[in-house]
Amino acid sequence: MSVNESFRPTIVAFCCNWCSYAGADLSGTNRLNYPANVKIIRIPCSCRLNPMFILRAFQRGADGVILCGCHPGDCHYTTGNYYARRRMTLLFSMLDYLGVERERTRVEWVSAAEGAKFAATMNEFVETVTKLGKNRRLEDLRCSK
Amino acid sequence: MIDMMEQITRIAGVNPRKCMRCGKCSGACPAYDEMEYHPHQFVSMVENGRIDELMRSKGIYTCLSCFACVERCPRSVEPAKLIEAVRCAVERQQGMDRLRPEAVPGLLNPDLPQQAITSAFRKYRK
Amino acid sequence: MQRIGVFVCWCGSNIAATVDVEAVSQALAKEPGVVFSTNYQYMCSQTGQDMIQSKIHEYNLSAVVICSCSPRMHEATFRRTCEKAGLNPYMVEIANIREQCSWIHKDRAEATEKAVILGRAAIAKVQLNAPLTAGTSPVTKRALVIGGGIAGIQTALDIADAGFEVDIVEKEPTIGGKMTQIDKTFPTLDCAACILTPKMVDCAQNEKITIYAYSEVEAVSGFVGSFRVKIRRKARYVKEDVCTGCGLCTEKCPQKKVPNAFNLGLDTRRAIYIPFAQAVPKVATIDADYCTMLRTGKCGVCSKVCEAGAIDYKQKDEVIEREYGAIVAATGYNPISLAQFDEFAYSQSPDVVSSLEFERLMNAAGPTGGTLLRPSDGTHPKTIVFVQCVGSRCDGAEKGKPYCSKICCMYTAKHAMLCREKYPDTDVYVFYIDVRTPGKNFDEFYRRAVEEYGVHYIKGMVGKVVPENGKLKVRASDLLDGRQLHIDADMVVLAAAIEPDKSARPLATMLTASMDTNDFFTEAHPKLRPVESPTAGIFLSGACQGPKDIPETVAQAGAAASKVIGLLSKDQLTCNPCVAAPNEMMCNGCSSCEKVCPYGAITYVDKEFRGPNRTTLIRRVAQVNPAVCQGCGACTVACPSGAMDLKGFSNRQIMAEVDAICL
Repeated sequence: MSVNESFRPTIVAFCCNWCSYAGADLSGTNRLNYPANVKIIRIPCSCRLNPMFILRAFQRGADGVILCGCHPGDCHYTTGNYYARRRMTLLFSMLDYLGVERERTRVEWVSAAEGAKFAATMNEFVETVTKLGKNRRLEDLRCSK
Repeated sequence: MIDMMEQITRIAGVNPRKCMRCGKCSGACPAYDEMEYHPHQFVSMVENGRIDELMRSKGIYTCLSCFACVERCPRSVEPAKLIEAVRCAVERQQGMDRLRPEAVPGLLNPDLPQQAITSAFRKYRK
Repeated sequence: MQRIGVFVCWCGSNIAATVDVEAVSQALAKEPGVVFSTNYQYMCSQTGQDMIQSKIHEYNLSAVVICSCSPRMHEATFRRTCEKAGLNPYMVEIANIREQCSWIHKDRAEATEKAVILGRAAIAKVQLNAPLTAGTSPVTKRALVIGGGIAGIQTALDIADAGFEVDIVEKEPTIGGKMTQIDKTFPTLDCAACILTPKMVDCAQNEKITIYAYSEVEAVSGFVGSFRVKIRRKARYVKEDVCTGCGLCTEKCPQKKVPNAFNLGLDTRRAIYIPFAQAVPKVATIDADYCTMLRTGKCGVCSKVCEAGAIDYKQKDEVIEREYGAIVAATGYNPISLAQFDEFAYSQSPDVVSSLEFERLMNAAGPTGGTLLRPSDGTHPKTIVFVQCVGSRCDGAEKGKPYCSKICCMYTAKHAMLCREKYPDTDVYVFYIDVRTPGKNFDEFYRRAVEEYGVHYIKGMVGKVVPENGKLKVRASDLLDGRQLHIDADMVVLAAAIEPDKSARPLATMLTASMDTNDFFTEAHPKLRPVESPTAGIFLSGACQGPKDIPETVAQAGAAASKVIGLLSKDQLTCNPCVAAPNEMMCNGCSSCEKVCPYGAITYVDKEFRGPNRTTLIRRVAQVNPAVCQGCGACTVACPSGAMDLKGFSNRQIMAEVDAICL
């Protein structure tokens, strides 16, 4: 697959309010760069993420989706990220079945103190998705402009 | 040497890193004074990859396999299994002379019960 | 369609330097529903806030989007601003264009484009916002403390000090807990009774504190601010308000062969008893398992000798119901059973004792009157062996407990030191794996035991203890010296691991408080909220949360009390309005949401619905208690029919954001 230099993927990042969203804020406060194609959506907890949202994002033309939550055991709601982890495992096998590349979806645990990790993760994720190219498998062309 | 250590832990099926050096194994060992390396030293030697020294040691044959250390170990490190694994490793070495049956009586220590007997007691005591 | 106002903040040059704020406000002005869009230097300043308020009136805005710093910074500020202008505070959305845009990106065009998209997502979300009102719930100004040990006593005293009513429920006939059985306390060697009993008396005399001794919590319902608790007051067969505690009955009772639980069975007591002289409440209790009158109906000695007429053989358990605003769990600990450690011969010889039994043997009020004597033959032991970590730091449940019990190192040093001090002719050995003495003056204490008192500390564990001819043959290894030791000991003391009290697990179920695999209560946050349970209104005090020594327990008890006081000092609790709510028409009563809820906020009710042809049908539907729900959203995803949704973060709102970002 040839890497298209001008291709800029659309990345949706779901961040839990208590750890990862604060971690994302911290990477901003520390002026750590990551590509502008990452757009963050704030959710109260990683367990609020309905796998439907990820499918919806792919349908609407997102090229990669990443879920960030508190580290296992550190969830503000005690057990939320465990639920998220299980649900994502199921979603991964479903996406495999659908033929969507595994690397397009990702779960990462980022604490409120890990601004550097957040930026590094996003940089790496954008690079991975850029290499994969446009998401054509689930994109619904009727939805695009 | 590291792969040798891996081989030993794989045969034994125990993780010597779990040991926290309490020495309960050596406190329980009935053959303590007969052994060149004591059970707790044994574990740390496997952990540090000093397998060669262990394989050369006569002490591995004085272990009765009574399993007192296995029973008592609070961390499930089970030293006797490591000793057995080292004995297996010696057996599996290539190009070594094997022990002939007629040589066995000369090697027996009259002060110690034989392994086979101890094992039988352990196995059929219930 | 909402009438939306968009306010883009420059944040001085923080945003304006990398984001073309003018372009952003112009681009967002074209979005559907936006009736007003502007930018300003400092939106959070008084002038900026005034501008927002005047524009709300001027354009009759129904929703506001603010493109500024992180919502974690100023969401609350802008919500208040809009509330003052008569807008519902939950009709405000923030687009984070500082921390997550202008500070990250260097390219102006790129950053501006991203800021527009983030603004668009916020507009798409706010279109679907609904006004939310934070509910309130009343607070019952009374606290319940479960467990009357030092943790419970300290919590109750501190709460009562602040002027609130407190009830203590204690399952034993007296409060005081484990500390009453302890002889001396490390590292100062104060007498435990001397520092504890004044506190017990304070509890009894404080008019804000009610003690329900010999009682147990039977059921808990309700939620933070208004718990309803059923307390079973077990029958003492003695009228608590009439008994004077003179103790005459406990001397005359003919049934003398009852193992004395207070002395851990090292001696005996009567069937009617007062656990110890300083008991609070000082009231006799009849042990129904041993009392001849209760078992055969023939005796009645105690009722004959009682001048107050307090004995009542017909007394029954009584269940009372009380309301509380907050509940503190202070159920404490117990030493583990030593039955599975038979290599130490605990069941084979009476001279092998647990550390708590040793405390009783050293205590002046104990079975030996404070003289250290062997339980088997009553002689002075000359060689004493202490074994640490018995059952602590083990691998897996069948071996023991995986955690360090924390207090054993210190109390073993204390025992060893006291032995050497009282009986300098004894040889004292302590076998340890590690000596852990991090605490104020703790390591100095341990070193004193070694250096001044000459206690032999030996690195290594005891492998076997064999009772033989009145001696205990101890076999152990000295790892640092590289030899096996054989010691003929007169007494062996086992530092047994501690575990949470057995009553904690059923209590946690009643309170819907979470527990770890070792049955310790889990705290809301291991570092920042150590005395609160994740369940609102439930607080933790003492060793029920993890192994603790007395200073730590008292500190935590005070912390728990201050949290309770903070809660009880409010008249009303404001709830988070962003809670889950089911669509009852779609709910099929499957219980999926109930199972995932970490707070027990979801219950099921049978509700009447209108069916076709003027019929009514009864369906089981979920119901969320907004006072308990914390708004995590776990249930919204678990719901198979999509009936459950989270206010403020609804499925449609998040989808709208996704759409706005992707398009």
